This record gives sequence, C-alpha cells and structure tokens, in this order.
Amino acid sequence: MAYPTIYATIWACFFRNLPISTSSPNKQLAQFFALAFIAVAALMFVLHYAGSALSGGNQNAIAVDPANNSIAITLREEPPQLDSSRATDAISGMVLGHVMEGLVRMGLDDRLEGAVAQRWEVTPTHATFWLRNDAKWSDGKPVTAADFVFAWQTALKPETASQYAFLLFAIKNAEAINQGALDPKKLGVFAPDPYTLVVELARPVPFFAKMLVFPSFLPIREDFYNATQGRFGAEADQLLYNGPFVISRWVHGASMTFERNPHYWNQDEIHLDAIHVPYITSDATASLNFFKDAKIATTGLQAENLTEAMRLGWQIRQHRDGTVFFMEMNHRPEHPTSNLKLRQALQLVLDMDELVYKVTKLPGYEPGVSLFPGWLMGEAAPLRQEYPPTRITPDPAKGKMLLDQALQELGLSEPPTLVLLSGDNPIASVQAEWVQQTLKTQLGIEVKIDKQIFKQRLAKMTAGDFDLVLAGWGPDYNDPLTFGDLFASWNKNNRGQYNSAELDALVNKAQSNVDPAVRMAAFGDIQQHLIDNAVILPMYERGVTYVVDAKLKQLKRRVIGPDPDFSRAYIETGSD
Amino acid sequence: MSTTELTPEDFQPLPTQQTAEQLTRPSLSYWADAWRRLRGNPRAMASLGLILALMAFVTVGPVVWTVDPSAQDLDQIGISPGADRSVTLAQPFTPWTLAQRLAATTLSPDTDLRLAQPATTQAVRLVWPDAGTSYRLYRNIFNPQDTGAFGLPLADLQQPYFEDRLDLQPGTYFYTLVTLDPAGQETLMTQSLTANVTRVISIAEAKARGILAPDEPGEIGAALELGWHPMGTDYLGRDMLARLMYGGQVSLFIGLLAPLAFVLLGVIYGSIAGFLGGMTDQAMMRFADFVVALPFLLFMILFKVVFGIGPGESGIWPMLVAMIILLWPAPARLVRGQILQIREEGYVSASKLLGATTPYVVARHMLPNTMGVILVTITFQVPSAIFTEAFLSFIGMGVAPPTPSWGAMCNEGIKSMLTRPHELMFPALMISITVLAFNLLGDGLRDALDARMRGTEE
Amino acid sequence: MLKYVAKRVLLGLVTIWFIASATFFGMHAVPGDPLAGDKATTAQIRANLAAKYGLDKPLATQYWIYLGNIAQGDFGISYTQENRKVNDIIREHFPVSATLGILAIVFAALGGILWGALTALYRNRWPDVVIMFLVILGISVPSFVVAAISQWSLVNLNQGVGATVLPIGGWGSIWHMLVPALVLGLSTMAYLTRLMRSSLLEVVNTDYVRTAKSKGLPATRIFSQHQLRNAILPVITVLGPAIAGITTGGFVVEIVFAIPGLGRYFVQAIQQLDYTVIMGTTVFYGAFLVFMVIAVDVIYGFIDPRVRVDQ
Repeated sequence: MAYPTIYATIWACFFRNLPISTSSPNKQLAQFFALAFIAVAALMFVLHYAGSALSGGNQNAIAVDPANNSIAITLREEPPQLDSSRATDAISGMVLGHVMEGLVRMGLDDRLEGAVAQRWEVTPTHATFWLRNDAKWSDGKPVTAADFVFAWQTALKPETASQYAFLLFAIKNAEAINQGALDPKKLGVFAPDPYTLVVELARPVPFFAKMLVFPSFLPIREDFYNATQGRFGAEADQLLYNGPFVISRWVHGASMTFERNPHYWNQDEIHLDAIHVPYITSDATASLNFFKDAKIATTGLQAENLTEAMRLGWQIRQHRDGTVFFMEMNHRPEHPTSNLKLRQALQLVLDMDELVYKVTKLPGYEPGVSLFPGWLMGEAAPLRQEYPPTRITPDPAKGKMLLDQALQELGLSEPPTLVLLSGDNPIASVQAEWVQQTLKTQLGIEVKIDKQIFKQRLAKMTAGDFDLVLAGWGPDYNDPLTFGDLFASWNKNNRGQYNSAELDALVNKAQSNVDPAVRMAAFGDIQQHLIDNAVILPMYERGVTYVVDAKLKQLKRRVIGPDPDFSRAYIETGSD
Repeated sequence: MSTTELTPEDFQPLPTQQTAEQLTRPSLSYWADAWRRLRGNPRAMASLGLILALMAFVTVGPVVWTVDPSAQDLDQIGISPGADRSVTLAQPFTPWTLAQRLAATTLSPDTDLRLAQPATTQAVRLVWPDAGTSYRLYRNIFNPQDTGAFGLPLADLQQPYFEDRLDLQPGTYFYTLVTLDPAGQETLMTQSLTANVTRVISIAEAKARGILAPDEPGEIGAALELGWHPMGTDYLGRDMLARLMYGGQVSLFIGLLAPLAFVLLGVIYGSIAGFLGGMTDQAMMRFADFVVALPFLLFMILFKVVFGIGPGESGIWPMLVAMIILLWPAPARLVRGQILQIREEGYVSASKLLGATTPYVVARHMLPNTMGVILVTITFQVPSAIFTEAFLSFIGMGVAPPTPSWGAMCNEGIKSMLTRPHELMFPALMISITVLAFNLLGDGLRDALDARMRGTEE
Repeated sequence: MLKYVAKRVLLGLVTIWFIASATFFGMHAVPGDPLAGDKATTAQIRANLAAKYGLDKPLATQYWIYLGNIAQGDFGISYTQENRKVNDIIREHFPVSATLGILAIVFAALGGILWGALTALYRNRWPDVVIMFLVILGISVPSFVVAAISQWSLVNLNQGVGATVLPIGGWGSIWHMLVPALVLGLSTMAYLTRLMRSSLLEVVNTDYVRTAKSKGLPATRIFSQHQLRNAILPVITVLGPAIAGITTGGFVVEIVFAIPGLGRYFVQAIQQLDYTVIMGTTVFYGAFLVFMVIAVDVIYGFIDPRVRVDQ
C-alpha cells in the first residue's frame, strides 16, 4: 500500500528537476527504476502463471454462495492422512465425519442414531447390528458388513500401528491380535450375511454402541484398500467414501474441496452441494480476517476479538467442547507434591474462578470443579447433578496452615521450589504465570516454569520430570469411563503415577459392572476421592466462542463426534 | 610593466626558521582523530546520549520505580495509561446461596429481568420470572438496538437466575434474556436490562494490594484508588513500566553483546579467509556454509540440553554462546567479500612490499576500510538478536517467566494489538529507539573511522 | 571457469554430507520421542510404530540406511503426515516458497538499491531522513507484527472499497503474492538500503572517483560505471544467503497468509520431531544454499574483474 505511493512520489520528483548539482544521477536512477519496474512487471506476469499452476484453484470461493449452494470454511491444520484405522486427531475426525459414515452417528439432537446400521442390540456377550441395504460407496457398490470386519481387523493389525487400537479391545481377541499373538482373522467380528454384523465382546460393555462413533470403527473396503498399495488415505483419489460428501480435490497444505456424494443413501438430510476449504492456517487472527473479508463462513473468537465482534454486531455463539483442563501433580515419592497436605494447600489457594473470570475471560469457560465435565450423563440426569462434587472455597489462611504441616511432614524448613511444566501455546503460558504468581504471594512457594515444546513436554511427562503440569483431556466416547479411568494406576495417561488401591478398586467396579446404578455410584465415588485427596486440581472446562455467517443454518457443534459438522447445514437467504 | 630593481640582498639565503617545522596542530593518532571527529558530529553525540539514557532507564530505573514487575493486579488487566482507577470498598464476595436466590425470585415475581442486588465487579446477579422454559442470556457492551446483535452468549439456563462474574469491568452492560423453545432454538421473546457496574474491592484485598494502610479499619463505601500504572498494564495486570525496565536489562544485554560478539568472530574469520585465499579460503567458507545450513531451532534445543539449563532457569549465557556459535557466518561472508576487493588495492601491495606481516596488514589497512559494512551489520543485528531471544523463549531458552524481555513483550502484545495497542507499542518503541540510537552511532562511527577523512575538518 | 565450478560443486557435496550428518545426530540427540502422542500408547503399539519407521535399529545402522536412501534421492515418509513422502512434500511446497521468495528478494534487492542510492545522493536532505526513518521502522518491527498489520489493513481496504482489491490470504495468482512478498522482503530491503548507502558513501571518497571527477567525466558515467558497480558488491554478498534464508524463513508469512509453502512444514517438523521431514528439508535447503553461494561467487568475478576467487 505504502510502496506505490512512495514510488510515485519519487517518480514525480525526478521529473520536476530538483535543484541538486548531481541531477544526472537522478536521471540515471530514474532510468534504472523504469527498467526495474518493467522487469518486475514481467516477473510478476511469469510468476502469476507459476502461482496459479501450483494453486488449489478454488480461490474464488466465497463464504456462503447461494447460487452454487456451497460454503467455504478453513481448517486449522491439514489432516495428516485419512486412513480411518489410524486417524487420531480432531481435524481428521471432522473430515472423516463428513465423508465417511459408520454404523451409528450422533444426530442433531445429540442422541445416538443409526447410520449404516438400521438397528442394533447389545448384550453382555454380543453386539449385533442390522445394516441397511441402500448404503453405498462412492463408486456405487454397496456397503456391507464385510467392510466393517476388514476395517476393524486392519485397525488391530500390529503393522498398522494404530494409536487408537485400544478402543477396540472390548472385542474378543482384539488385544491378542494387536500384540501379534493371533491372526487378525481371528477377531471376534463376523458377517453371517452381507447386512448383518455380529460382534463378540471380550467383556460386557453396556455402552459399546456409543463407542462406535469414533473414526477407528469406520468401514474400509478390502479390494480398494489393497489396490492403493499402502497409499490408502494419502490423497483424495486414494479413498473410498460412503458419507454425505466426497473429497473431490485435495491440494496438500493448501486447500480441499468436498462435494455432494450422489451415492449417499440419505440425500434428503443433505442440503449443501459443496464445501470449499480454500485456506489452511493455524493463525486465529488470520482466520478471523478471512471471516471479516467474507471468505469463510465461520471462525473462532479469542478474548481480544470479543469487543470488536460485539461492535460489528456479529451473532456470537458459544459451545462447550467437552474437554476438561486440570493441573496434574507428581505423586512419585521423591517429589514434594506426593504429600497430601501440600496438595490440599495448593487446592485451597488456587482460585479457579479468578483464573477463568479474570485471566482467561472467554465466555463458555467454566471454572473446574471436578474431573468429570458437566455434560456427562449419569443414569437419567447429568452425572454431576446426581453426584454433586464438594465445592472447595478458597481459604488462604487454612492453606498456609496446611503448608506448614506439610513442611513438617516432609522435613523441610522452607517451602520447596516446584517445577511447573507448561506447553508453548499462549493460553498455557498465561495460566502458568498466574499459578506461579499466586503460589508465590499466597504460600511463598517458588514455582519455576519449564516451557517445553510439544514432544519434549510429552517426554518429560512420561518420564515424570515435573512437579506440576497443566494438562487436559478430551472424551474418546460418551461414557464417564473415558475420564474415570484416567488415574487408575495402570493407565499410561496417569503421568503423575498416582497409585491408590481404593481408586483402582472403584475404577474396576465402574469398568466391569453392568448395573448402571452401581457404575454411576462408582463414578461419584471416584469424583469424591479425587477431590478429597487433591489428586488433581480441575482448572476449567473449555468452551469455544465462535461466529457464523448469518446465512448458514444448522451448523452442528458437538462434544463427541465430528465437530464442527456442516453435513446437515443449509443456506437461508433473505433473512437477517 | 616596471622592472623591480634587484639588489644583492635579494639573493641572500634565508635564515633557518625554527618555526618552519612547527606543526600547526598536535599530531593525533588514528583513534584520537576518530574520537575528535565523532565528538564534532551532533547526531552521533545525540545517539550516544540516547544510549546512555537507555542504560540509565534499565539500571537506575528500577531503583526509582520500585513496582514489582511480576505483581499481577488482576483488577486492572490490560488498562491503558491514564485509565480510571477509582474503586469502592465493599464486603468480600460470598457465593450466592440458594436461600438468597429464592428470596430474590419471590420478591415481586411478575417484573421482568432485573438485578437481585446492585451490580458490582464482584458479581452481577440477575433474576427473572420463571416461565418453565429454558433461557439464553446475552451480555453486550454496546446497545443491542444500535448494533443489531445481542452480544456475548453467557450461558444457557434452565433456572430463572444467573450470576455473571465474567470479566466484569466498571461501565454499562446490556443484558438480553432470550427464551428458548423446547428444541433449544431461540424464540423472539426477549427481555432486556441495562446494568451499571461499579468497581468494588474488599477490605482484605485492599490491604493486600497496599492501597489501604494495614492499621486502618476501612469503611464500607469509601472511595479509594487502585495502584497507579503510568504506562498501563499487560494481559496479567503487571505494570508495563516496571516490565520495560527489567525487560530492557535482558534485551539490551543480548541485543548488544550478541551482535558485537558474533560479528567480531565473523570479522576475524572472514578477513583471514579473504586474505589467505585459495584452498584455505574455500575450506573456511564451506565450513561457514555448513553452519548456516544447520536448522537453527533444532540446534538451539540441542544447546539447551547440552548446557544443562534447568527447568525454569534463565539461560542467558548459554543462549548467548549458542547465538554466537550459530550466527557468525553471515558477517564472515560479508567481510570476506570486502577483503577480496580491498586485497587488490595499491596500498596493500605497498604495505606488503614494505615487509608488513599478514595480521598487521589485515588489522591496520583492510579492516578500517570495511568499517562501514561491519558497523551496519552490527546495528542491524541488534533488533534481530532481541527478537531471536523472544522466539527462543518458546523453547525455554532465554529468560524464564516471569522475567520479561522486550521481544517477548512484543510477542505477547501482538494478540491484543487492536484492542490494547499499548501492550505492543511500548516495547516496540523501546526497541525502535535502541535501533535508531545504534544506527546513528554507527553512522557517526563510520564517518569518524573512515581513514580517508583523516586529518580533514568536517 | 568450468573447472572452478566443478571443483566448487564437489566441495559443495562434501558440505552437504556434513550438514546431513550433523543434523541427523543432532536430531537424535534432542530429547523427545517422535512417536509419542497426546494420549499415551501401550508398549506394543509403540513397538509397532517404531518397527514401521525403523527406529528400533541402532543409531549407526539407521544413519547408513538413511545416507544410502539420500544418495538415491529418497527422503522417506513423513512421521506426522503419514503416507506422504518427504520428496512429495518438498516437490509440492518448495516451488510455492521459492516463488514467494523470488518475488520478495526482487523487491528487496531493487528497493534496497534504489532507496540506498537515493539516500546517498540526497544525503542529509529530506529523502534521506524519510527513508532512514522507514528503514529503522522496517527492522525494529518484527515480521509477525508487520504481517498482521498488513493483513488487517487489507481487510479494511477491501471493506472500505466494497470489493476485493487484494486477496488477504491464500495462493493462486500474482495478487496473492504481492503483499506477502513485500512483508517477507521488508527487513532484507531495509538492510540492503543501509548497506548500499554505506558503501556508496564510502566509494564517493575513493581516489578513483575523485580522479574521474577531476578528469571531467560527467556525473552520469561516474555514478553508474564507478560508484554503483563497486558499491553493489556487498549487496550481492548478502543476496546469496538471503535468497536461501528468505525461502526458509518465510514461515510467519506463510501462516498468517495461509500460503502452502515449505517453511511452515519445516518449523512444525521440528516441534513435532518429524525426523524425516527435518532431515529432508535441511538437506534440501543446505543444497540450495550451497548452490546460491557458488552462484554468488561466480557473479562476483563478473562484476569486479579484480576479484578472482579461483586462484
């Protein structure tokens, strides 16, 4: 912007013959400049064609296009690959949720509904699914039970090295197959006829059907998989689709395009003809700028953008994304945090209300009170309603007293220095600094913040090289067990190595007992145990604040399942 | 034309004049001459003064302005300089009990959305008549009738009360309560409320923050002023002025020392390579290429591990060493290029013929003639070093939180660039001033050290 | 000349081998497990993954296998972008970074020469002051700030005009490249301006210019034939590595403007400890840099005949 002005000014000066003795070099420079300008213009012309040859091509997409019945969105990252047997991250899950369909899906009313399966039955030993006969792949061939058998066998094969294979361990022989002890064909899944799927369970899992929403359970057709020769899921044409959309174009790192799948059985529910992804960027501000420029239909908001969003009159929405963030403490004996009184002192001094309401300042963030988030259902009502956790009111005086007792027990004369392991993203840094300052002023405990980038942080967490660490957990499936078993002594995600026989017994009960009342009571006890023993300090439940173009309706946000979900969205013009 | 009569006296030889050999001004060495010229350059002296002022700011400043740079004033997060600081003393915050809520709802149950008690920055408590449906509560800082939107969705509610504690700032809030239909969609039934929020603080908090004397009992309703922050506060309510002072210590240290060190190293390396030429030159330059091509971030992480920086400790010296090890090739290559040029000059051959050793020729003849390029490089590496330090704080090198540095403050300030520009502008301004000062000084030094201008009067 | 270039290329290959080796061992020495994910994996799954990527072999074996692969031009498969070969990643994304980088360098070089010459010509007059002020701003404001501000200004411009004047991000035409290239080349342009000015001012005082002036040569000839040519050498020196540096260092611009370039992958690879991508991009960039340096040295000889690097 400024450069053309400057260039123009200089140009004007040259032709006005400034009274400088060295006027000839002026003309020299002017000639040089003119030549340079022509050369740059020529270069730009050449680069233009180079650029468009390399581009994704759908640069003319606009946010909401009623004429073409399409929308444009952006992705934070490119899905690493779309092989459902190996997908682990949320972005892959979101993309797969649009182009593939499993046995069941979460409906718009957040209830489990049949997708490829029309109905199902779950008993303590078996789960049987009856598939519809009009579900088809994008090449026209029908989706059969054999496709599910093959997909689940592939996910468990050791060579596939799927990180979420453990989700299938409820199936008979699954664990042994994954360890290479059995042939994958021995998996307890059968297709007695093309439209019936029978699953043998290794142990009773009453919520088995709910787990099937996860991408690892999506079908894969054997002949297509083998034909791709190891490249399955790497490119748009190396995938077979049975969902509402197909990926018609995938330019890595640049763009994707989804188009309506004409072979999808449920055409009535699908209203959009295309979803364009013209940009892939992780920068939240860039995404917001694209939204402002009417290039994408929805974007997230940060705390700093809220004022402007309100001023511009945007319709702001909020969605609790189901994750819980907490401070994990190291329970290994050589760390001061293994002392109960010390942990309780921390519990009494760190006021999560202050963290959420004054520091993070985003609507939708709920101060943490328990490991179990508020949306988890118990028997008939939310779990936290049936089993309310005890609220801890901040009490600095009592905290100091407990600290003194802890120091006596630990044999220390002054408060220990604690190492707080933190990630490199800005939100984690702010929270870490708040914790550091609060502990210093309230308890006199010095906290050193150990900032590490992702892989190093994971390595330190696994090795137990921390006193405190800010961690979070998102649900894998819609049952409290996905949170409940986190701190069992055998769970690898229990990085602080909390080891309590009482808790382990409760987790076992919740895992194996089929009676819902018993299970939920066990979860209630687990919740109380975690609070009483200050095993972790729940910090907050995360909420996403976002805006949507007013013309786009029925965009679905979810806690479990693909999020955000545009598959049932539609465009409505003429309204404001 | 008249001829002058020539006398024999005209042809007398002149007597020896003792004053003939007298110099009109004292003989100065190269450096003294350079210093004289520098002193006479007003812009250079101004820049020296600016640099001294910066040094004073970061060293003497903290003694004068004794605010703790890590103290978080959470009631004044992100305020700009000169913002209103008034606050009223009130009772400490207590949770809204069920009994209180019931009392509030039963009081005149037919009125619309209303406040259960005066709105303060501790909490805004709203109640409304219970119609048995669910509701969504919005809050806006602009009037919804002007902007056409309700604002921030605070919560979806089943009960007819809500306590708002989210980021309460003194001012006016516009609340809108929208009734939801059984499917959870918004209906057109809304109720609105305008609330004026006053900033309050409890007596204990006031004493803890130092705005109320410890022995004073404190009167509920008394007006006080929160702590003064002349340059505003950052995203955690920390005083900007104090952070600039302490941050300057780190940034100036790294920003000055690192470029000086690695440019010096590069100059020595490059001049040797350029002068020696041939295979030595090739080998040395290929080694320089090797160092440049190494992935910077990766090796920084490696250095951090190798130097054994503990968690949360400031790794200033290791970072300095690491930067020197990785960044010297660029000036080396530059100087080598200059030397290759200068090598062919006449005075170099003359000096060699006179028997000068290589180091002498390089130091005495070549380097002063590359001064211009060297000085520009040093001054341009200053901001680069400051930002590299900020970037490295992400991997845990550099300063550990809460120690500030100007570069890190810029990183943090960019997020709120549009709403709270002062968080970015002040550290950026300090960096710009530093860069300006060093550029002017560099210009002045180049003029002063230019051998060709020696002995001239400016 | 040909023999010189051949010798340089051979030396370059040796340099590249050093780069690859140092990066390989450095990378493995950095703590962290490239196969670790957010959710802990069982020992069996981890072993499966390790076997798949050949990480279960001793380090020396891995090194030789890797060298052998590189010699055949195979950089392996990315750890994070599974199923995608590193060769493909480089092949698809480097041209984008290169295109952007070329434009940025062209802007930086032409701008630097132009402004530098102007400040030297109009020394101490208003063009000098204005340009130097902009130069100071250009280097003391970090690139992400400039990128963010320029994108924000574009948004406002588009909204003010009511139509898209310039796209605010993405890739596909020259209009997508203009602003990102300017942002990318800004600090180099500032540096080159300064360098150009400095060396021009020095050259003004040299004997041969004074001689030429006293000989009565017109100022025109002095400027182009004597001053410019001699002052341009430091600029050329800087340009070589700057080209390599700009194509790698563009990741901030690539993220803000959503440009599918290689710089993003490079930085993310280090954060994710994606061994194959780190090695592939480092070796590739190393080779690119070596080539640029050779080119610069050859150009040297053409600009200044006295400088003969092939002694």
